Amino acid sequence: MTVIAWIVEGTWAACVDAARTHAPEDTDIVLLHVTGSDVPGAAHGAYAGLLGRARPERDPGTEVENLAAAAGEHLLGAAAERLGRPCTRIERRGRIEREVVAAVEGADLLILARDGDRTHLGPRSLGPASRFIVDHAPCPILLIWPEETPSTETIPPPPHHPHHR
Amino acid sequence: MAVPAAGVVIATGAISLHHAAAEAARLGPVIAFLAAVLVLAQLCDDEGLFHACGAWMARKAAGSSRRLLVQVFAVASLITAVLSLDATVVLLTPVVFATAARLGARAKPHVYACTHLSNTASLLLPVSNLTNLLAFAASGLSFTRFAALMVLPWLAAIGAEYVVIRRFFATDLDAGAQAPPTPEPREVPVFALATVACTLVGFVVTSVFGINPAWAATAGAAVLAGRALAQRRSTPTAIVRAAALPFCAFVLALGIVVRAVVDNGLADALGHIVPDSTGLPALLGIAALAAVLANVINNLPAVLVLLPLTAPTGPGAVLAVLLGVNIGPNLTYAGSLATLLWRRIVREHDTDVDLGEFTRLGALAVPTALLLAVVALWVSLHVIGG
Repeated sequence: MTVIAWIVEGTWAACVDAARTHAPEDTDIVLLHVTGSDVPGAAHGAYAGLLGRARPERDPGTEVENLAAAAGEHLLGAAAERLGRPCTRIERRGRIEREVVAAVEGADLLILARDGDRTHLGPRSLGPASRFIVDHAPCPILLIWPEETPSTETIPPPPHHPHHR
Repeated sequence: MAVPAAGVVIATGAISLHHAAAEAARLGPVIAFLAAVLVLAQLCDDEGLFHACGAWMARKAAGSSRRLLVQVFAVASLITAVLSLDATVVLLTPVVFATAARLGARAKPHVYACTHLSNTASLLLPVSNLTNLLAFAASGLSFTRFAALMVLPWLAAIGAEYVVIRRFFATDLDAGAQAPPTPEPREVPVFALATVACTLVGFVVTSVFGINPAWAATAGAAVLAGRALAQRRSTPTAIVRAAALPFCAFVLALGIVVRAVVDNGLADALGHIVPDSTGLPALLGIAALAAVLANVINNLPAVLVLLPLTAPTGPGAVLAVLLGVNIGPNLTYAGSLATLLWRRIVREHDTDVDLGEFTRLGALAVPTALLLAVVALWVSLHVIGG
């Protein structure tokens, strides 16, 4: 059995804890982190916009790429340490939501955390990337609240229909 | 490519030698000013100023992604205004990314803020952006008057960017930051900060005495260069490299080429659509035209084209051009469609950049910031007088 925990800045600790709690002893736990190409891309674009500064070695996008790779490795290291069990670390690069969906093909479970508005129950508790993954993942999903789960009182009341009076 | 092109337009008589020489004489001091600021920024980096900014942001953010965004806005706005947009793009952006990563925060909102502010926050001083230096020379304004008229638009544009970016990246900011910042020894680069402060005072003093403020920037760069050389932390070669002489030659050549194009019909063609008053609708029209042009052909040629057409109307019109060409480039990835097409950046880096997201952010931020900044400029012109 393979359980993949998606490690994302900000909410990863809860996913690691969930993997420890819910995955049976003999499970292959995979910690997956994806470094988005959008952030180095923004730096590349900003430098390209500076017309005439034709020195590729000054392009901050390249430095951000290297920093991002190091940060991803560091994060996976911290996650593995928190897990405290043998695990496999996978680092991928590209469009985050697409890479996650591609990486979990054939897995028995994907663990991911809600990363939108976590003060209310409801659809806004999923950010755009997690929404895409939940909608497209080709495997079962364990979707957790990274902090305390909001109470059911945070659900807005049903719409009022005057003609029912 | 611009240098041979300049040779061609002179050789073919598209621009008279006399006009080309006049253009070169006009651009010379501007380019010297630019080189001095580039050297100043690089030496500040060598002194550890940007690293210290990163440590300061990490400390003040205290584990909150939203507070980090406020620090990034403060630092990026000030660095851009004082040390120019090149400093923010090349030197500050990696520091901001590293700071966010160290705090365990998602870097995206902070890096996007940095790239946007390198344009939007470059409104304040003539040194903030090469476009400003060019317009400053054409406007006849003093350094202090330029800054006084632009402070309100600068704040309005930054405020607009802040609201838009905070809402746009709400999810990433909500995710928070987890790692407590590792305590670092507080190393404040006092010498670099003092030199930059003295350079700023120098800008004011030179402008009071009617001296070209480029001398203040040169003095600041010389002080830091002298120290770096004396302490053997830099070499003369490295300092000359920081002055980006090929870039300076490029700007000079671009100026001559654009002048040739303007002289050969573009002035007549555009002259009809450039408003020639400084009422609010006219300012809005000028800024919008400048923003569109900046997005089509990049802001540097855009400002060179529009300056001769707006300078006769007065400083208000010239400053409206700057609002357009400085804020406008945030609309397109890489600052303009021309850059994107010529350089095929997306393919060059083999990255799958989400142009849709970039453009959506620009479509929200640019019109908002531009509208508020133009209204702020109009108010400034009325209160202070053009």
